[in-house]
Amino acid sequence: MKGFIFKEFLHIFRDRRTMLILFGMPIVQVLLFGFAITNEINNARIAVLDEAKDEMSRVITDKMTSSGYFELATVLQSRDEIESAFKKGQVKMVVVFEPDFSSRFVKEGQAAVQLIADASDPNTAGLLTNYASAIIRDFAMNLQDQQKPPIQLRTETTMLYNPELKGVFMFVPGTITILLMLISAMMTSISIAREKELGTMEVLLVSPLKPWQIISGKVVPYIMLSFINALVILILSYTVFGMPMRGSLILLLLESILFIVMALSMGIFISTVSKTQQQAMLLSMFVLMLPTILLSGFIFPIANMPLPLQWLSHIMPSKWFIIIIKQIMLKGLGIAYFWKETLILAGMTLLFVGMSVKKFNIRLA
Amino acid sequence: MKPVIEVHNMVKKFGDFVANDNLTFSVNQGEIFGFLGANGAGKTTAMKILCGLSKPSSGVIKVAGFDVYKQTEQIKRNIGYMSQRFSLYNDLTVRENFRFYGGIYGLSGRQIKDQTDKLLSRLGIIQSADKVLRDIPLGWKQKLAFSVAVMHKPTIVFLDEPTGGVDPVTRRQFWELIYESANEGITVFVTTHYMDEAEYCERVSIMVDGRIEALDSPDQLKKTYKSASMNEVFLKLARAPKVVI
Repeated sequence: MKGFIFKEFLHIFRDRRTMLILFGMPIVQVLLFGFAITNEINNARIAVLDEAKDEMSRVITDKMTSSGYFELATVLQSRDEIESAFKKGQVKMVVVFEPDFSSRFVKEGQAAVQLIADASDPNTAGLLTNYASAIIRDFAMNLQDQQKPPIQLRTETTMLYNPELKGVFMFVPGTITILLMLISAMMTSISIAREKELGTMEVLLVSPLKPWQIISGKVVPYIMLSFINALVILILSYTVFGMPMRGSLILLLLESILFIVMALSMGIFISTVSKTQQQAMLLSMFVLMLPTILLSGFIFPIANMPLPLQWLSHIMPSKWFIIIIKQIMLKGLGIAYFWKETLILAGMTLLFVGMSVKKFNIRLA
Repeated sequence: MKPVIEVHNMVKKFGDFVANDNLTFSVNQGEIFGFLGANGAGKTTAMKILCGLSKPSSGVIKVAGFDVYKQTEQIKRNIGYMSQRFSLYNDLTVRENFRFYGGIYGLSGRQIKDQTDKLLSRLGIIQSADKVLRDIPLGWKQKLAFSVAVMHKPTIVFLDEPTGGVDPVTRRQFWELIYESANEGITVFVTTHYMDEAEYCERVSIMVDGRIEALDSPDQLKKTYKSASMNEVFLKLARAPKVVI
């Protein structure tokens, strides 16, 4: 058994490609997801068409550009220029102040600002208009406060657990999940399939080793490596991206081990149904990676999906693990709040182990 | 001579398909037993049963004195196996391969070291012990694979088409290795496609469509079937007119 694990480590360390996937990829992925793929908006280029040209419109413009979200790219002179500004791709949003902006505001108590956004990228357009409306609303509120105390209705929004709406908080749990899935499931399924392909599996089966010894010999090194990877990702997200760690670290690590074992059992199952390394890799890709990315709520919110896809997302182990990570890291909750998710993962592990054992026995009979 | 493999009326069915139809034969200790047959004749199925990888549908079978239904564990401890797909790890060194397989069969570190040195010097490649297997020529790899299979001094070693894709000279050398092991008392059970190799065996069985059609020494078989070579014998048996349903 010890010899087996040692041999497996030799395989891993001698193969540069495997090493690269194991240790290079997690770091690159975390940095990529953390820095490049983000929902936040910084310094979006906007244009202003100020038909009022009064004190108030200037103050609003200043407020917007000093917020850090927007950067004033050009000042437009007439409505005709709006379209061409968009077409040239100079700006993402145009802010239009109507003539007599401040006088209408003072006299009639209301005035209009028009926000025109480039919705060829709908998410960004939505975010930009939201930010801009918030800034303008804020300005209007302040102004009313100064004048007279009218009857007013205020909505106050508080963003709990992630007040700055940092995208990283969303992506780190997803990235950990994907990477653990990839390394645990794909690497084991490939390494077992390789033994089959080379014919060494036959020799192992003829040897006095019991099937469970063969499998655990293959799996234990990957459990260790995946665990190290999980640690690396957590340290990176903590130090580089300021991801908070509000709950118990030990609990998080235990849950990670559970998820790793779950992914490994999936990998074993995949290897029992595939004959070659390539088949194992393709199966892992399509069965594990794509659904993990698309249906786990990592990138697209599950609540917005059509019902059938929502049901489908329930059988994605990654969905439950992402929930667990967020509960621990962001909300600092204890096991009492996600024992259900934990149980689901444990159940899935048993299911895959059971199916693999069955499949294995059929093959031997 | 006491038999180390005893097979009585072995039958293996997959659904309606009969892969092994009432096989009966025995192999003596130290014998080199050739197990021939065309592809699909049922050789591999029979060999899997003898190695404890698969259970027969019926029949009484003993390997190394152990029952294939209940004592597969003991059987596995007492046999060596080398498959047609050469079965060592390319990314490990020669010595690491020996250490790994020795460990699997429960040899101690000391025993592994002694056996490795002994087997490698017998092959005359002790100087390559720390080379990665990838860099070693195919012919040598096959001899190494055989050495690994007999490293734990098994009662029987099963060779499943061990010389596929090897030139005649290397094949000849490979058979010298087999003879050496047989002289040490290891029983050799070998399947092969090469009829010249069949001549090297002490006794040969020829399977056709799941049944053993002939079983005797190569000389006797040639006499019985009035053939000059084993190749002719094989062709006469395998191509004998069959009733087509």
